[in-house]
Amino acid sequence: MLRRTLLATAALGLGMALSGGAAMAAGMDKVKACFIYVGPIGDGGWTFQHHEGALAVQAAYGDKVEIQWQETVPEGADSERVMTQMALGGCNIIFTTSFGYMDPTNAVAAKFPDVKFEHATGYKREHPNVSTYNARFYEGRAVQGHIAGKMTKSNKIGYIASFPIPEVVSGINSYFLHAKKANPNVELSVVWAYTWFDPAKEADAAKALIDQGVDVIAAHTDSTAPLAEAAKVEGVIGFGQASDMAAYKDGPRVSSIIDNWAPYYVKRVGQLLDGTYEQTDSWEGIAAGEVEIGEITDKVPADVKAEALALRDAIADGSYHPFTGPINKQDGSPWLAEGATAPDGDILGMNFYIEGIVGDIPQ
Amino acid sequence: MGGIDPAVLIASLMAASVPILLAALGELVVEKAGVLNLGVEGMMIMGAIVGFMVTIHGESPVLGFVCGALGGAAISLVFAFLTQVLLANQVATGLALTLFGLGLSALLGQGYNGLKPVQTEAVPLGPLADIPFFGQVLFSHDWVVYFSIFMTALIWYVLKATRLGLIIRAVGESHEASHALGYKVNRIRLGAIMFGGAMAGMGGAYVSLVRVPQWVDGITSGAGWIALAIVVFASWKPWRALIGAYLFGGITVLQLNLQAAGSWIPVEYLSMSPYLITIVVLVIMSSGKGKASLNAPAALGQNFHASR
Repeated sequence: MLRRTLLATAALGLGMALSGGAAMAAGMDKVKACFIYVGPIGDGGWTFQHHEGALAVQAAYGDKVEIQWQETVPEGADSERVMTQMALGGCNIIFTTSFGYMDPTNAVAAKFPDVKFEHATGYKREHPNVSTYNARFYEGRAVQGHIAGKMTKSNKIGYIASFPIPEVVSGINSYFLHAKKANPNVELSVVWAYTWFDPAKEADAAKALIDQGVDVIAAHTDSTAPLAEAAKVEGVIGFGQASDMAAYKDGPRVSSIIDNWAPYYVKRVGQLLDGTYEQTDSWEGIAAGEVEIGEITDKVPADVKAEALALRDAIADGSYHPFTGPINKQDGSPWLAEGATAPDGDILGMNFYIEGIVGDIPQ
Repeated sequence: MGGIDPAVLIASLMAASVPILLAALGELVVEKAGVLNLGVEGMMIMGAIVGFMVTIHGESPVLGFVCGALGGAAISLVFAFLTQVLLANQVATGLALTLFGLGLSALLGQGYNGLKPVQTEAVPLGPLADIPFFGQVLFSHDWVVYFSIFMTALIWYVLKATRLGLIIRAVGESHEASHALGYKVNRIRLGAIMFGGAMAGMGGAYVSLVRVPQWVDGITSGAGWIALAIVVFASWKPWRALIGAYLFGGITVLQLNLQAAGSWIPVEYLSMSPYLITIVVLVIMSSGKGKASLNAPAALGQNFHASR
């Protein structure tokens, strides 16, 4: 083993291939887990939660794991360079934590067959060493939508969307569907920010919605800026996104969707250590603890809170699916029949609004 | 334009444009003095974090803005030292300053996530604010908005009509000639760089204290680069910088408002409109008789060493 380690350090590429290949079947003594983030760890949202997951891996395995990360890596070609650097730098498993890393991840994975790649929220697994993982955010959106429908006084609710990808579209649909169930008069305004992280723009988007009379704002972007904007206007509420955003509990934040990546990261690195690692496509939700509903504050009346928690529990135990028919598409054509639930494939590839939402999805 | 109140829109675009306007005005003076400082983004974000920290501890936004400006000026000294004393390449140093500012601000900002600064209230203008339309457009802002317009006028006046302005422009046009006349070229440039840093810092502080009243890493997210572009867009004229900032800020706000109001225009076109219209205006402006392009300071980006 010592010789092997020496080899690995001396002749990096060749050594990697040797030790990596031999070690894979019997597990590994030490794993270097690397993470690529789309924003800064201090965003208080999406990237912050991924980093919490990375720290959980370190805490779980101590000396047997070395973690490394890089923040604010732009989606697209530049990320390919970062991944290549990490793979050459001895990373055994690389988690790429944003949708836009999908094609770069697969491209780099082709060049490093002995390095495991894990891409968050994507659907392409072109090589045996690429796995994908995602969380069922739409389950959390259902709970949020219910609260939004019950809480709005102007009957106008808003959604700050990032990019027109299925994950975001399914979130919008789930949010609207359950708001509409709770309050048939509700109208939804969607603003596409075309960014994951740009606090000033996110705040502007929130302001634009508030100027239009919206009083409940959900965001699909990564920072706390929409909540900060909502805090300026009395009577406007919002939700924590990706992270609890507990700092706004005494302000506009009435609940939140918390992405908890720690169980998945700990599990996958553990499998790499004990040799049971296999290519997967993981998609867990509230039931597995990957999506959590943050504390619902006292601004929400007790009965609404109870209904929201009941909805969460029903989704968790599988007795209720957020997309249960009858549901029509925006153009009125049927999507789900009475009692039918949406197959995963429909949600993963969702590119249509459901009936009642005004506006078009940018293509 | 379904349901958009023009008064609200103009009021929000004026506020939204303040950071890029302040930073652009500062950079305009720097470039007029013949220095190209690409580190605007880094100076802005330093101003954002310093202003934020001071406001959290001192509970005074005004003090926060002053310290934000000082923070921006302080980090610009790094640039000034490297380019004016060590005669390092200005482009490379400016880029390095941006990276340095982003990193240092993230370090300083540890532990400041999630805190809320004291709000900067609108200036109480009493009955003026109640005038229909104009009250909301002109008299409902915080003091920094008025300050940014005042600075536009001041810089325009100083550059155009004062001795100081003439010296700054002379240094930017021909440092050799200015030196021969006995002006301390590097000292004048140092002053301009610090002024630019202070203005950028203040613009950054506006982002973290008013527009997004909180601290997150990378909060300015590219505003400094927009400010740099606006200086060229304005062909180094202060009032045009104001127009450029309002145009860019205005269209950014307008397109979000149009989306929120459910406009029939496809979102793709709305999203690219700020950039598209900026380019179109730039093309139109520079197509006339070539005057605008001649307006760039002749010694821009060149270092000066008093060897004779």
